[in-house]
Amino acid sequence: MGKVAGLTLGGAALAAGLALAQGGAPEPQRAIPDPQSGRHFATPETLAIQDDDFQNPAMLWAEEGEAAWSRVEGTAGQSCASCHNDGTQTMRGVRARMPAYHARLNRVVTLEQQINICRTERMGAPALPVDSRPLNAITTYVALQSRGMPVNVDISGPARPFFDAGERFYNTRRGQLDMRCGSCHEDNYGRSLRADLLSQGMSNGFPTYRLKEQRVISLQFRLQGCVNDVRGEAPPMGGEEFTNLEFYLAWRAQGLPVESPSVRR
Amino acid sequence: MDTIATPTRRGMLALAAGGVAITLLPRPASAQLAAPTQAAIDRIRGGRTPQEGRVTLRVPPIAENGNTVPLTVSVESPMTTADHVKAIHVFADRNPTPDIATFHMTPAMGRASADTRIRLGQTQDVVALAEMSDGSLFIARAEVKVTIGGCGG
Amino acid sequence: MAAPIGQPRVRIPAQARAGEVIEVRTLISHIMETGQRRDQAGAVIPRDIIKRFEAKFDGQLVFAMDLAPAISANPYIAFPFKVEKAGTFEFTWTNDAGEQRKATNEIKLA
Repeated sequence: MGKVAGLTLGGAALAAGLALAQGGAPEPQRAIPDPQSGRHFATPETLAIQDDDFQNPAMLWAEEGEAAWSRVEGTAGQSCASCHNDGTQTMRGVRARMPAYHARLNRVVTLEQQINICRTERMGAPALPVDSRPLNAITTYVALQSRGMPVNVDISGPARPFFDAGERFYNTRRGQLDMRCGSCHEDNYGRSLRADLLSQGMSNGFPTYRLKEQRVISLQFRLQGCVNDVRGEAPPMGGEEFTNLEFYLAWRAQGLPVESPSVRR
Repeated sequence: MDTIATPTRRGMLALAAGGVAITLLPRPASAQLAAPTQAAIDRIRGGRTPQEGRVTLRVPPIAENGNTVPLTVSVESPMTTADHVKAIHVFADRNPTPDIATFHMTPAMGRASADTRIRLGQTQDVVALAEMSDGSLFIARAEVKVTIGGCGG
Repeated sequence: MAAPIGQPRVRIPAQARAGEVIEVRTLISHIMETGQRRDQAGAVIPRDIIKRFEAKFDGQLVFAMDLAPAISANPYIAFPFKVEKAGTFEFTWTNDAGEQRKATNEIKLA
């Protein structure tokens, strides 16, 4: 076993060396090659709420986002629709490929951050606060247009260092409990943590209506909760660390259908 | 650990079977209720004694989170002018206050039923008390286990 | 100041056969503040809930609900209705402050 693993590792190192020689970073390997959505770990009652678009309370946020889409705000006298027309058409697939590398800013941006870039740069409107109701509403509306499409983020080229930073955050043990993200979501998914059934921590359902909060939450709000749960000190929502982590998490969930807006406990 | 894990496993089995985990867990209505719940029921019933039967209370046996627990209550009734359900009162036996809701009903509904989502602060019984147009009362109760998760965040 | 009562969602079939029992489903955005919680300074956050829901068909009360703080945020309320004739549903949600939000829906006979 050890020998085989050693050979495999050797092969991987060789392949990595070749890839580097060709100027590319080695292809990352997923710890969970065949990921399962969080819905796999939810109860039938919770899924019944998610799967009925009338009952799903997140649709209240989607409707607020739809109303905000064509509302003129800011000094430029523009709305989202001024540039992007009918969001049900133009926003198809956007959630599936976010976060994405932004060349001018030379960093990765989340869907929420892109909405605020549009607001501040195009509309002359103030940025909406992270995880606020109006921002979550627009994000939910935009994400809904990608529902059912496979998560497909691009980690190649200039995006790669940000992906690597996200991966490092993911794999760093933190908090008084000294746990990495994978301590729960790779090593122990399907097992119970008290009464919670641990999921694989796939992000394809965000934004999500969380039963505990009784509101739509953003992924980075949930990430703060995870870091707090291991008794660590969470970095700020909207900051570089969580943004890179969100990028890495999207790649973990690559291929899973976008489920936004999901319902989770 | 095991005892806590068991309900979840049961939930997963129900999921795996494709079944709806909404199960009726009837309890004898005679079992002792908390004093505030009993007082609330006494105010409605006056001197009348509620009977068991006719009321179906559907709640999940295990709630993933107590903040959003789906509830359906229905009563066997022809819902005619002469014979219908006037109201269904719903109580949570161990919440800070027992009241959950009162559904006021009329024959125009055709069926006596209502759905909503409720908050339960802990594992407890939910009680439904139906008032019929002839003055009779019917009662049902069902237990919901409210789980405490490891993910507080 | 009371929390906003959001735009309600109502779903009923646009038309139904006479004698058919349909399901009326409603959802409204509201925080349903219990009055049991405290803010970060330790002060009790005052109760602020939708306390009453009414459904009238052509002016006649069909169904009503008294809500307590034990109803989840963003209240979901559904009930059956026996269609006998075409007409108009009027739904009213009322909060603790007496503020109301209304919605109307028409039913036609198939």
